[in-house]
Amino acid sequence: MGTGRLYAAVAAGGFRRYATYRTATAAGVFTNTVFGVILAYTYLALWHERPHLGGYDQAQALTYVWIGQALLVVVSVMGGGFEDELMERIRTGDIAIDLYRPADLQLWWLAGDLGRALFQLLARGVIPMAAGALLFPLALPTRPGTWLAFLVAVVLGTVVSFAIRFLIALTAFWLMDGAGVAQVSWITATFCSGMLLPLNVFPGVLGEIVRALPWASLIQAPADILLGAADPLTVYARQLLWAAALLTAGRLLQSAATRRVVVVGG
Amino acid sequence: MAEATADEAVAGPEPSYGRVREGLRAYRLIIAMWIRSTMAYRASFVMSTLANLVATALDFVAILLMFSQVDVLGGYRLPEVAFLYGLSATAFGLADLTIGSMDRLGRRVRDGTLDTLLVRPAPVLAQVAADRFALRRLGRVTQGACVLGYALAVLPIAWTPLKAAMIPLMLLSGGLIFCAVFVAGAAFQFVAQDASEVQNSFTYGGQTLLQYPPSVFAKDLVRGVTFVLPLAFVNWLPAVYVLGRPYPLGLPAWVAFTPPLVAAGCCALAGLAWRTGLRSYRSTGS
Repeated sequence: MGTGRLYAAVAAGGFRRYATYRTATAAGVFTNTVFGVILAYTYLALWHERPHLGGYDQAQALTYVWIGQALLVVVSVMGGGFEDELMERIRTGDIAIDLYRPADLQLWWLAGDLGRALFQLLARGVIPMAAGALLFPLALPTRPGTWLAFLVAVVLGTVVSFAIRFLIALTAFWLMDGAGVAQVSWITATFCSGMLLPLNVFPGVLGEIVRALPWASLIQAPADILLGAADPLTVYARQLLWAAALLTAGRLLQSAATRRVVVVGG
Repeated sequence: MAEATADEAVAGPEPSYGRVREGLRAYRLIIAMWIRSTMAYRASFVMSTLANLVATALDFVAILLMFSQVDVLGGYRLPEVAFLYGLSATAFGLADLTIGSMDRLGRRVRDGTLDTLLVRPAPVLAQVAADRFALRRLGRVTQGACVLGYALAVLPIAWTPLKAAMIPLMLLSGGLIFCAVFVAGAAFQFVAQDASEVQNSFTYGGQTLLQYPPSVFAKDLVRGVTFVLPLAFVNWLPAVYVLGRPYPLGLPAWVAFTPPLVAAGCCALAGLAWRTGLRSYRSTGS
């Protein structure tokens, strides 16, 4: 089996695994839509007071809400992807089996996570966005090229998010229980990804800091492309830079960690 | 507080007091057990409580960020929004602390462990409500209370005894209304086992909605949370009375004093829903 086909199979497995839980998915879509409606009204009030806040007009601000709801689980802002499972395997020692598989550990989990993200994008991304477009006047682009550019940024955002969560999961080699780190991770991600509010609304220096951090790649970056508020190439360059740096850090941490693994037989 | 809800719900529309006492006792014993087990890892408890506090404070951080750009939102200034936020977060926090684990019911139905609860000689609702009681949820209550404290300290309210009495009244009835939502949501999970996220829309979603002034939302949405799912009675209606603000939907002034009645009604309905759900439960037997 070729390497490409192997990882494609893993990705397909990730897709199918999440596609199995239809009721849970429908429930998730419903929740995303409800939160979208609530947030949309608060944004309407905010942009009513300050039109053109953060460089968005009112329709763009509303669109931002629904992009956030559509991408929330795709880029796993609040966790809930592969990392819980990987941490559990590290804790129980099952990781030893993963390490002697003829596949790269990082790529294996990345493939699975991309499969998951694709399913979430189709199920929990498209439907809430459609609901949002029915309920509110959104500023959605008509050119297919913009949508395509948006999807590229979503893929890159997912990879950055994966790279962060891979690092988080590996801390379990040292901490055994990664629940605390995972929690700090999702709180940081929620604050810094633009899930709370668009990052260009953050005041002063705080705004400059959060826009420079890797979490900006998760929601803010794809949103800016869909809203036509940023040049795609600049956005991609930043996302690629973070993805490369964080994936490399993941590999380094992995090799440091695996030198620590002592498999207890029996 | 939730003990009372739990019991009302167990007993259904015609409470039998022996059963209520039994449920209360079971609830108390089970949460005492969970608290003991939590306290075995004190450092972990302190950290997870702090994390809960920080995580739940994110909503308020979003509001602060908004007010870094504007002076009023929907006609309300920051202390007034903080007042609404504090009431909503504290009332919801109390409900979440006492019976927040009810959203795990779907999992118990799915993996069959609900059967274990059914054969125990204690009311099922008390057992489910106390299941995995998480003392760390004090974090949310603390956070909400701090914001409420800030609002009360800075708001120039002409206090009367009646207005002062409204604060504990709102927290108590608001907590009960949210408890009823939790119980009704759990009852729904007997039917749709995988759908615990739907419940989040009404619990966490409702809490988020109530953090903002009613004037922010569309009339139909406000109508929905007043007359269909009466979340507006948690804080909006009594709070506009305390703040001396215009009532949403042109409602009469006396509605500000109805939250206890609404809470009682919600609990009775949630109890009925729970009974129906539990009666319809068929174990897979495996």
